[in-house]
Parts: sequence; structure tokens; C-alpha cells
Amino acid sequence: MASGEMIVKGGFIIDPTRKIDGDVGDVAIKDGKIVDKVSSSAKVIDAKGKIVMAGAVDVHSHVAGPKVNAGRLMRPEDKFISGVFRSGMAQKNGYRMESGFSIPSVFKTGYDYARMGYTFVMEAAMPPLLAPHTHEEIHDTPIIDEAALPVFANNWFVMEYLRKGEVENTASYIAWLLKATKGYGVKLVNPGGTAAWAWGLNCLSLNDPVPYFEITPAEIIKGLIEANEYLGLPHSVHLHQNNLGNPGNYPDTIAALKIAEGFKARNKFGREQVMHSTHLQFHSYGGEGWKDFCSKAKEVMDYVNKQKNITIDLGCVTLDETTTMTADGPFEHHLHSLNHLKWTNVDVEMETAAGIVPYIYDKNVTPNAVQWATGLELALFAKDMNRTFITTDHPNAGPFTRYPRVIKWLMSKKAREATIATMKNSDKMIGLTNIHTMDRELTLFEIAQMTRSGPAKCLGLGNVYGGLAPGMNADVGIFDLNYKNLPSDAEKIETAFQRAACFIKGGEVIVRDGEVVSHGHKKTVWVKVKMPENPQVTRDVSQAFTQGTYTVDIRNYPVREYLAPHQSVIDVNVEA
Amino acid sequence: MATVTLKPTKVPELMFEGYSITPDAFAGKTAPQIADLPGHEGKFVLKLGDFFEVSGNGGETAADTDIVITGDCTRVKYIGARMTAGTVTVNGNADMYVGGWMKGGKIHIKGNMDSFCGIQMEGGELLCDGDAKNHVGCAYRGDWRGMKGGTIRIKGSAGNDIGTAMLGGTIIIEKNAFIHVSTHAEGGTVIIKGDVEGRVGGQMVKGEMYVLGKIKFMMPGYQKVGTVEKEVDGATYTFDHYIGDLGERHGKSKGQIVYANLYLKAAA
Ligand SMILES: [Zn+2]
Ligand SMILES: [Zn+2]
Repeated sequence: MASGEMIVKGGFIIDPTRKIDGDVGDVAIKDGKIVDKVSSSAKVIDAKGKIVMAGAVDVHSHVAGPKVNAGRLMRPEDKFISGVFRSGMAQKNGYRMESGFSIPSVFKTGYDYARMGYTFVMEAAMPPLLAPHTHEEIHDTPIIDEAALPVFANNWFVMEYLRKGEVENTASYIAWLLKATKGYGVKLVNPGGTAAWAWGLNCLSLNDPVPYFEITPAEIIKGLIEANEYLGLPHSVHLHQNNLGNPGNYPDTIAALKIAEGFKARNKFGREQVMHSTHLQFHSYGGEGWKDFCSKAKEVMDYVNKQKNITIDLGCVTLDETTTMTADGPFEHHLHSLNHLKWTNVDVEMETAAGIVPYIYDKNVTPNAVQWATGLELALFAKDMNRTFITTDHPNAGPFTRYPRVIKWLMSKKAREATIATMKNSDKMIGLTNIHTMDRELTLFEIAQMTRSGPAKCLGLGNVYGGLAPGMNADVGIFDLNYKNLPSDAEKIETAFQRAACFIKGGEVIVRDGEVVSHGHKKTVWVKVKMPENPQVTRDVSQAFTQGTYTVDIRNYPVREYLAPHQSVIDVNVEA
Repeated sequence: MATVTLKPTKVPELMFEGYSITPDAFAGKTAPQIADLPGHEGKFVLKLGDFFEVSGNGGETAADTDIVITGDCTRVKYIGARMTAGTVTVNGNADMYVGGWMKGGKIHIKGNMDSFCGIQMEGGELLCDGDAKNHVGCAYRGDWRGMKGGTIRIKGSAGNDIGTAMLGGTIIIEKNAFIHVSTHAEGGTVIIKGDVEGRVGGQMVKGEMYVLGKIKFMMPGYQKVGTVEKEVDGATYTFDHYIGDLGERHGKSKGQIVYANLYLKAAA
């Protein structure tokens, strides 16, 4: 955090948290926070003719941990695709070499997010047993604040407790695990399906029983919502649904969203949803096979629009060569059998699994073109942009460095049509999707909702991130776009968001003219629940370590302090 | 036609990355401009002129440009990498990545080459009078898209990993090879006129291999299906015909499974 005063002067301010849309004004900064006013000796940063937004918040991205690292090891050619063998920055003292495209190095990850004006990134799936490594990697990623969501929906403790309907025990276990792993919230990946994968099976529907545990995905989702709200965590359950990526999966998607009906958010962090459904693009398909594979974005969003207690992120396909990686182990095996590219599969003891397969989203392959349209349509059908967030499920549907391109497509029908015109089977794609008939062009205000105020609120971090109100973190992005006179060439929108004219984080200038000028002061954010001791859960956990169910000793399980040296801890108190 | 001559004047302390030594980069440039072209030595950006004396101007296009290096390039990488036309001749040895990713034109190395020559090559000709080390015409590390076209001819021997993930084109090794030939290949032709230690065609899906000498250790995934006469590089021999790799997936054509073919010269 930088001390001293600074003022960002004369920009077009876009701040949905205060309903400010393009008013010319100043942002005053003191001691790393936004303040009402500063003295005349404050350092002036000129933003005249440019837009000014809060630092952006990424609600879902795979940027640290064992599967990201395994992806890097498995794909040395990924750095070759980027075409950049040497970064100019690394030649300067104090900066590190950047490499990789879909699985960038930790340094490139931090630098590229900063160049786009991002201040906070949620690592979307942390295997608890491998949390120490995840935190080491988070710590090595410069600039951006990060948190990580441990995965729970295939965890043996959780399935045992929920089979017996023990929500309180589940909650106590969650509290213990968040503390042990310095985790942020409750992630669900293919509930039950990944556990079934250990038997070579999957749970494609919500009612497929998990082998041995005899619990269904629907019961796991419902139970974890109850436990999450029992604890009153800052974030809701964060759900990667069952039956990902398959033609005709949208009824299952809506069925899973319906589980949230009747629940109300219970927390002190301003969060309103009880379920965040991630990378919804992968779950919004119609058709019986790949021939009639089509978009059902409208049907899915018709439901989401009505349900105020659900948030979503897009998971937009960006038409790149990328690397898929997920705790959805059976899905990755399925993908490997479709494209025959190299495949990594890992089982994580009692907790989860993971798979990795490279994938080329080819605009000339009709199902890929349909996926591209589906992701964008979700946003274009959305009524509440504060509940609809921009992601690419990095790197699954495309690298996060394509967010500016997604913004361009969302803001410009012309840009969408230009992309459609380059597709070999554009007529076929148009027949299977809605995108060609949709004229909506999102505004900068709506983009700010989708990338700033919305995700910050969804994560329960709306008091510090995602806005420019006094008291919030002094994270400010300045982009070279004239609010009063937006460029007719949409490419300029992409360029402006790719490289911020200036990015300030914690009151410190991090990016100037699109290039990183400081490593900043990153933080690791995690949630510490204080609640009365639950003797049964304590006994169950210690038995799992002493009776050999885990291969490690309990003393080696938690994330030690030195692995996360710059912590920002959010306290949650649960009364007896 | 214009000939640009590079005379080595200094041995690089580290390896010099001569990625600018291509007819494409030289075309339309005068000798002093060519001497000014960049190349890395470690993390430092230096100039061709720091290591070579340049004489002669480039032609109008790459196709009109011939490059002759009059001495040893044992410590110069990437000679002719990514070139599309014209010629490069080295009157001596060359380091790694000669003709990597090349699309056209002709390279002639009169000495030996280090590893990774012709990797992911798409077209053109690469001729080496001496030996090549490892990874002749293979894919970039990790990549499944190997050599797509063109011809590599090594008059001497080669090391391991020849034609990994090859999709097209021809590699001819006139003497011996070590291990890993056409691993993961899905096309293309590899001809080895001498002996091979082993691991010929492991996980190969499609493509052709000819061995005129002996294979010391045969892969278990290959099955002999007959004896055939075939012409190879201008001469006709009798071969034992093997198909494989039987442990790998294979496509179908007209209802028939398409295997990779290994032709091993029959004992006289
Ligand atoms: Zn996911
Ligand atoms: Zn994800």
C-alpha cells in the first residue's frame, strides 16, 4: 500500500456502485484508499478524455495450483504459440521473463491481468491436499490480489455427512478446511461425478447416485448451499455443473439452478445470491448430437433472469488454441477421446481429481462456432448485468487475455458480424444460434457491472473492490476510450482494454501506457470462520489421517504461514 | 540472382542465434544493412556484423537471394529457419535448428549439424553432407504437429527422435540412426539406409518407414504381413512388410483400417 496522496483528474468516471455513468470527475486517493478529497500537493494523474473505472475483479479463472502447473509441463509448445520468446520487459532490471499463451507463467499472469486493469482474481478450483502448492504459486504471481476456492463436491467427508443429512457437520468441516487450506469459499465441480470417475463412471444427471456413497448430485448441491448459508460465508456456493459440454444438456442446467429456489442469502457481506453457476456457456446447449448441437442460451437466461438469488459467469469461447483443465476428470477423458490430443489425469485421494487436454476452438468447426455464439448470447440475453460476469473459464474456453476481445464482441454488433463472416459454416452456425438476430450492444456501464461491481458483490468483497466510493481500495484503471465519442472501429475498444493507459492498485501506479512499471503489493485473501468446536468433525478428520485414508500426516496438510506471506483475512463468526 | 557472402570473423562466446540468416531477411537489403540485422547472444541483442563480414547485396526477393557462409558455424543457431525461398549454403558445420519451420528454398550444410534441424518443416529442401544429431524433422517439444512437407537428406548418420509426430514430407538418413523413428507420426516417409538401434514407429498412426540395414530391437506392436518389392530413393529392393503400431488408434479408408507401414529390407 502506498502512502501519500494522488488524484486522477478529469476522466469520464464509470462506477456502477454509485450509479455514475460517464460523468467527468476526479478520484482522490490517500494511503491506498479512495477518499473524498486530497490536498493540492497530491500527485496528479491526468485522465482527460479517457474512461476511469475501478480495478476489475475476475470471479473465475484457473491461474494457480497443481493442474495449472501440470498444464505448463505438459505443453511446452504453448509458449511457442505465443510467438514471443523474449519479453522486452524482462530486459529491464527487476522484471521477469514472460512466457506461455493459454497457460502463462506466473509472472505473465500477473503482468497481463494488470495490463488489463484487473486487481483481484479468484483461482476457481483448489484441490485441498495440494493447497500448499497453490499458495506458493499465488504468492509468486505478482501484483494481483488472489483467493482460491477449495473443491468440496466430491469430498468423502462432505458426501458422508450429507448422505446422513448432517448440514452442521458439513459446515464445521468446511470451516476446518477453509482454515487449513487458506481457502475462500465452497467450490463444486461436477458434484459426485468426479468421485464416480474413480470407478470409471460419471454422474451426468442430477439424480445419478454416486457409487458407494449413494448420494446424488442434487443432494450434494442442496446440502452445500445449506452449509454455506449456515456459515454465512462471503461467497455463495460456486457451481461447475454436471453434464458439462454435452449436446442437449440445458434441461439439466436449469434443473440444477432450480435447487437454489427458496434459499435466501444469509451473510454480512452484501452478497445476495445463494448460487454462482460458473461457465454457463458450457451448460447451455440443445441438440441430440454434434450435428444439431445448438444454443439454448435464451432458455437458460429466461430462467436466470427471473431468479434474483443466482449469479452466473459466461465462460466465453474465444476461438483460440487453448488448454482445458478441470477437476471434472471424466469430462477431460471424454474430450481426449474426441480430439485424441494428449491427456493428463490425476486423482487427489479423498477429495477430487483433475484432467488436462489441449483443445483448438476452430471457427470453421460448426460446434465450436456455436459455442462462441452461446457464450456471447448469455450476456446479450441477460437482464441484470450485476449478476452476469465476463469470464472465459481461463484457460478452458480461452485465455483470460481475450477478455478485451469478449468486451469488443459484446459492445459491437459489427464486430460480431465481422467474426461470423470469417466462419466457413457461418450459415449453419446462424441457423443453430440466435446471435445473428441480436442487435443489443452493451454499454461501458454494463461492462463495468460485469467486470467490477457485479463480481465484487458476488464474492462478498463489494466493500473494498469493484467501485470508486471513498473508503474502497484505491484500485483504478484508466482506459484510452472517449466516453462521449466511442470509436466506430471496435478494434480500438479491444486495444484500449488490453493495455490500460494507467492502472493504479492500492494507491500505487502499476501500469503506465500499457506497460508494467511496478510489481505492486499483492495480497492473498482467505476466509477464517470462528465457530464452536465440533467434536465429531474433529474426530472424523483426525481419524482420516491416522487410519491411513490420507497418505499424509495431518501436520503436513495445512498451508503454513510462510507460504502465504501477504494475507488479508476475512473473519466470519458463527455463534453457537 | 544475388549472392551474399558471410565470412565468420569471431567465434561467439555463447551460441549466436542467427535467426536473421535467411534469404527472406536479406532480400532487398545492402551488405551494410544485412550486417546490421539482429541476433541474440544470451540475453544480449547483437548484430550479424559482430560475427560475420558481409559482402554482396541481397536480391530483390528471397527467391533471388543466395547466402553463402564461407566458414564454420558450429556456434550459430537457426540458420535458414522459417525461410520461404532462395538458398543458404554453409561451408562447414552448423548448430541447432537449421531450417526449422522452413517453407521453401534450399539449405546445404557441407559439414555436420546439431539437433532440431528441419523441425516442423513445411516445404523446401535441406541437405547435409555430414551427420545430424537428434530430432531431425521432428515436432517442437510437446507439439503433436510435426514436419508437414519438404525433404531432409542427411548423407551421414543421425541420432534419436527422427520425424516425431511427422505429418508429411520425406526424411532420408543415408547411414545409421539411433532410436525413436517416426514416433507418433501420422504421415510422411522416413528412409534409413543403414542400421537402427530400435523403437522404430512407436505409437505411429500412419505413414511409411523404410530401413535398408538392420533394426536391432523391433517394436512389439509391428506384425509382418508379407514381402514386397519397392523402389526407394531410385533403387529397388525386396522388403519384409510390417504394419503397426497395433497398440495405437488407426483410421479407416474404404472400410479398411489404415496402418503405418514399415518396410525392412529382406535378408539376402
Ligand atoms: Zn469448471
Ligand atoms: Zn473453471
